[in-house]
Amino acid sequence: MALLACLLGPLVGSTSISLVRVFDRSIAYADNLDAQIFFVARLPRVLAAALVGSALAMAGVVFQALLRNPLASPDTLGVSAGASLGAMLAITFNANLAIVGISAVPIASFAGSLGALAIVYGLSAVRRSGTSTMVLLLGGVTLTALLSAVMGLVQFMADFTQTFRNTRWLMGSLDVASYAPLVGALVPMVLAWVGLATLPRALDLISLGADSASARGVDVRRTERVALVSASLATGAAVSLAGPVAFVGIVIPHLVRLVVGADHRLVLPGSALLGAALLIACDIVARTIVAPLELPVGIVTAIAGGPVFLWLLFRRA
Amino acid sequence: MTRWLAGVALALGLVAGVGIRTTPLSAQRAATEQAPQRIVSLVPATTEMLFDMGAGSTIVGVGSYDRFPPEVAKLPRLGGLLDPSIEQLLALKPDLAVVYGTQADLQRQLERGRIPIFSYATTDLSQVASTMRALGARIGRASDGDAAARRVEARLAAVRARVAGRPRPRTLLVFGREPGTLRGINASGGFGFMHDLLELAGGADALADVKQASVAMSSEMVLARAPDVIIELHYSDEWPASRIEAERRIWASLSSVPAVKTNRVHMLSGDEFVVPGPRVPLAAERLARVLHPEAYQ
Repeated sequence: MALLACLLGPLVGSTSISLVRVFDRSIAYADNLDAQIFFVARLPRVLAAALVGSALAMAGVVFQALLRNPLASPDTLGVSAGASLGAMLAITFNANLAIVGISAVPIASFAGSLGALAIVYGLSAVRRSGTSTMVLLLGGVTLTALLSAVMGLVQFMADFTQTFRNTRWLMGSLDVASYAPLVGALVPMVLAWVGLATLPRALDLISLGADSASARGVDVRRTERVALVSASLATGAAVSLAGPVAFVGIVIPHLVRLVVGADHRLVLPGSALLGAALLIACDIVARTIVAPLELPVGIVTAIAGGPVFLWLLFRRA
Repeated sequence: MTRWLAGVALALGLVAGVGIRTTPLSAQRAATEQAPQRIVSLVPATTEMLFDMGAGSTIVGVGSYDRFPPEVAKLPRLGGLLDPSIEQLLALKPDLAVVYGTQADLQRQLERGRIPIFSYATTDLSQVASTMRALGARIGRASDGDAAARRVEARLAAVRARVAGRPRPRTLLVFGREPGTLRGINASGGFGFMHDLLELAGGADALADVKQASVAMSSEMVLARAPDVIIELHYSDEWPASRIEAERRIWASLSSVPAVKTNRVHMLSGDEFVVPGPRVPLAAERLARVLHPEAYQ
């Protein structure tokens, strides 16, 4: 517990430091608009970054343990692609449904992620417990490829401005500009958190192998399903809120494991905190590096995350 | 970064230039001697120009984004900027193809098919009239092209004169946004045809210092720029008035922006704002009426 607290300290610190910098910048922008910039533009954005970063990082941890594959990420099982397809359909066909202040695109996106989750869940249900995770993995990769092809088809049918918006959406953006989408995303995320909270010990055992886990009294099938659904809900909520933000979900779990070891009781909350902190930091870079313009945050995470991941691979090799 | 992009663009331009020079001289000469009778125009602006100078009956095919004048609805669609259909185009046996300057691959294919090309590249407002003159000359209707260009110039000058000497409100010209929310805002930056239209219509571009034709804006940037007027353009599909009003009200959450405070957020519908053709004076006039309603009383 002491170790946990020691690790939490700096991680929470890095988040609040980011917040202080955010606040400082609003003073430098010095206008009578300070409060509005802070509460309308920045605060929802930082909250979105925290939610999205932590959700993707935790989903990454769960998928890597569940699939016993270090390359697994929230994108691996097609949930992220499902969310992207939903968003693109809403953009291309000018969907006009807004529910309690949340616009059509995030709603369609979340629906898409649920659709993909249903397919993946079906896959996990038909396979028998104890068989190789290969089925799930290959199924997910195939589903991702299939959904990407459908996305290509939707892009093909889009007109010029829609294609532009689709492409922009795929770059990821945390500028949510109001609190309604955040509250909307919180609903599935809270469900996911509840599910994830039950997992750490079982994940420790499952990542050593399903057989040894069930020998030690873990209900492997049940754990796998809870893990799958929780991590997918978190991913779907994150992607529908901010678009497919690359690399957070794959790199953060590895970074955290380097620091705290393989114990999921530490890796899971640690990844959530570091994911939130890192995405907030990346968003600050995205907002300031080409000021007065702003880069899409997905570009920053991929450009920053790519080399980090390569470094991890070289180190491992 | 920008310089690097410019370098790439220059290189591409050079490639296209080399491609054009390889066109057989005989084909070029034949095309200029004989007025083309079967024209395909993939560019909405040039399609409108051709109709405007009385050459509409010579058009046998248009691009997928052509919507005006209504006559284009009957013509075969040959794809757009990114997906031109060379097969369909060749099958129409055109004696002139009006294509985008950036369609280098298409241009090379057309040259191989010995189809004369008019390469279109308009970036700012002044080039609308010059393109009309060049296109008129190219199809053997130099005087019609010149007359059409003069009409555009005269009407633009009239708009400019109407708003001359009036205070110029800082204006944000938005041409893209995710419906129902303030996400994915795209606005006109410090150069290009839309920027020119806005300045001519008596507005001061709130993004004049950003030297890009299109600027991706966050809600924070809108707040920080604090425009006096926000004009949002809507085109490419029809919305009922209630939907337009609902979209206009989306801006209300940025209540510290002067445009929102003084109720100067406007939604304008119509594709004349995005087609740099003979309807640009109409676009300029509609912008001017919103920016300076007192000048039109």
